[in-house]
Amino acid sequence: MTKARRRLSGLILCAACVALSSACVQKMASQPHERPLQASAFFADGQSARPRVFGTVPSGYTRNNARVEPPQSFDPDAQDLPFPLTREVLERGRARFDIYCAVCHARTGEGDGMIVRRGFSRPPSYHTERLRQAPLGHFFDVETNGYGAMPRYDAQLSVDDRWSIAAYIRALQLSRDATLDDVPADKRAELQSGGQTK
Amino acid sequence: MHPTFHRSANTVARLSIYGAVFVLAGLAWVAVTVGRSSYVTEAGIARRQPVPFSHKHHVSDDGIDCRYCHATVETSAFAGMPSTATCMNCHSQIWSDSPVLEPVRASYRTGEPLRWTRVHNLPGFVYFDHSIHVNKGVGCSTCHGRVDQMPLTYQVASLQMEWCVECHQNPAAYVRPREQVFDMSWRTDRQDEQGAQLVKDYKIKDTHTLTSCSTCHR
Ligand code: HEC
Ligand code: HEC
Ligand code: HEC
Ligand code: HEC
Ligand code: HEC
Ligand code: HEC
Repeated sequence: MTKARRRLSGLILCAACVALSSACVQKMASQPHERPLQASAFFADGQSARPRVFGTVPSGYTRNNARVEPPQSFDPDAQDLPFPLTREVLERGRARFDIYCAVCHARTGEGDGMIVRRGFSRPPSYHTERLRQAPLGHFFDVETNGYGAMPRYDAQLSVDDRWSIAAYIRALQLSRDATLDDVPADKRAELQSGGQTK
Repeated sequence: MHPTFHRSANTVARLSIYGAVFVLAGLAWVAVTVGRSSYVTEAGIARRQPVPFSHKHHVSDDGIDCRYCHATVETSAFAGMPSTATCMNCHSQIWSDSPVLEPVRASYRTGEPLRWTRVHNLPGFVYFDHSIHVNKGVGCSTCHGRVDQMPLTYQVASLQMEWCVECHQNPAAYVRPREQVFDMSWRTDRQDEQGAQLVKDYKIKDTHTLTSCSTCHR
């Protein structure tokens, strides 16, 4: 083989290497892992997210929910919260109520929320005698399992949040016929002077 | 001897040398502009969805909170997407025989999930987490714009690295009180004083940590 020929074949080899290596593009942007809820061809149902197996506790679940959810082990006649009532519990309850319930029940609990005005069937007011007498566990039951036309909220709300909302509904009910005597002595002056309502 | 080039060739040569600088600068400018344009970032382009879901109707007109549907935005990296059952909470009764909602009802009947087209899509080598931003006072509208006014959802920010880093260098210019994170119309005239105070109150990490590569590329 002549010198020139050898040089030429070397060159061709180099060119081939470059061409081949540039053909395998590294797709760093789309890596071989599934993002939450991404579709997947791997599982028969076409979803990458796996449904929760009945009776199992998701990892990290106990961290976010102080009380692990045992299926159906609460008492719909329970009169009390399974944890101490604090101001934080009520404030959490109000925040969650305003997000998940007020769209239908209205912030006052009257039952004329925006979705009802758009045509959803009207829920009863929380201030009826029957619901005022209902035990706290009844509200938890309704949130967990639904009630007639009312959808269930166990997927969106943790156990603690559902109890917090139940406590807040009770507070809404009590606020209806509260008298000045129910207000702590040091706050009465503020109320009487027409202090800000929050 | 007859010259090969005409005298004017000198000028032409000089001009093209200097001109090249401008041509190159111009090309660079075009490249940067195109790179930031919505043609590349796909910002501002509404996606075709299986159901023409309107945030404008649901959020502005009906007053539904973001968390009703994006339930995990405060607690996890992923904002969360509403299940078909969540839509049916209301649409079991509202517009319950509208053909527009047939895919939702079909999904509810068969258990086959709706396949929404992603609007935002960071590359796989970037780590992003909603919960930390939401809990440190970065509002939805700071990053997603006025979602509540979008008939179809589109991306507002470029989602390029420079966009993330711009805020990570100076979060004080963007953070708001935590209670206002979900308020889409929030604005203030006192960002200068308030922002710096919030950065302190919320113990937001220093610029060095927030701009180090391993924060977002881990
Ligand atoms: C989509 C609208 C809607 C939403 C959202 C909603 N509800 Fe209801 N709710 C209803 C309707 C309608 C009824 C009446 C159900 C019936 O009697 O068939 C009802 C009834 C109730 C009742 C009364 C049950 C009884 O004994 O009569 C309670 C308590 C209640 N809901 C609590 C809640 C709580 C707590 C939330 C938030 C987690 C909530 N609801 C969210 C529509 C809704
Ligand atoms: C009634 C349910 C509902 C409510 C309330 C809601 N969203 Fe959405 N959101 C959806 C659905 C469904 C999609 C997917 C379809 C789409 O992209 O429009 C979505 C998509 C999005 C996306 C784009 C996600 C992607 O693919 O990248 C953003 C951002 C978003 N929502 C922000 C918000 C914000 C901010 C709020 C509160 C102001 C809000 N949403 C309230 C249901 C809801
Ligand atoms: C809390 C109640 C509620 C939930 C949850 C809800 N919607 Fe709606 N939706 C409504 C109401 C009320 C209307 C009527 C809109 C109006 O007139 O303002 C509507 C209207 C619509 C329409 C008709 C077109 C339009 O925007 O007016 C579509 C499509 C729709 N919804 C899709 C969805 C999808 C998909 C989901 C689940 C991700 C969903 N909705 C969840 C209350 C709800
Ligand atoms: C710091 C900026 C930022 C803030 C604040 C923010 N988002 Fe996002 N959001 C993003 C980015 C970036 C993505 C794309 C994530 C990806 O592709 O992995 C995204 C994606 C989403 C998605 C699609 C699902 C997902 O998690 O990938 C939804 C829904 C969403 N955001 C809703 C919200 C809501 C609601 C809020 C307000 C509570 C909010 N976002 C606040 C930047 C932000
Ligand atoms: C408008 C302001 C803003 C924007 C835009 C923004 N961030 Fe952030 N980011 C913050 C703030 C504030 C924190 C909280 C820092 C702390 O932990 O104290 C944060 C924290 C983070 C963290 C967590 C750091 C840790 O140590 O846990 C990551 C990861 C992150 N951001 C990624 C991103 C990415 C990726 C983008 C672009 C897609 C982005 N951010 C856009 C303001 C922003
Ligand atoms: C605040 C979050 C954040 C930090 C800090 C950050 N990056 Fe990035 N980086 C991103 C995002 C988001 C992208 C994706 C941009 C896109 O899709 O256009 C990216 C993309 C990149 C890319 C790919 C660029 C391309 O064109 O595809 C490289 C390389 C990179 N980053 C290097 C770095 C280095 C080096 C550092 C440290 C000096 C760093 N990044 C710090 C968020 C960050």
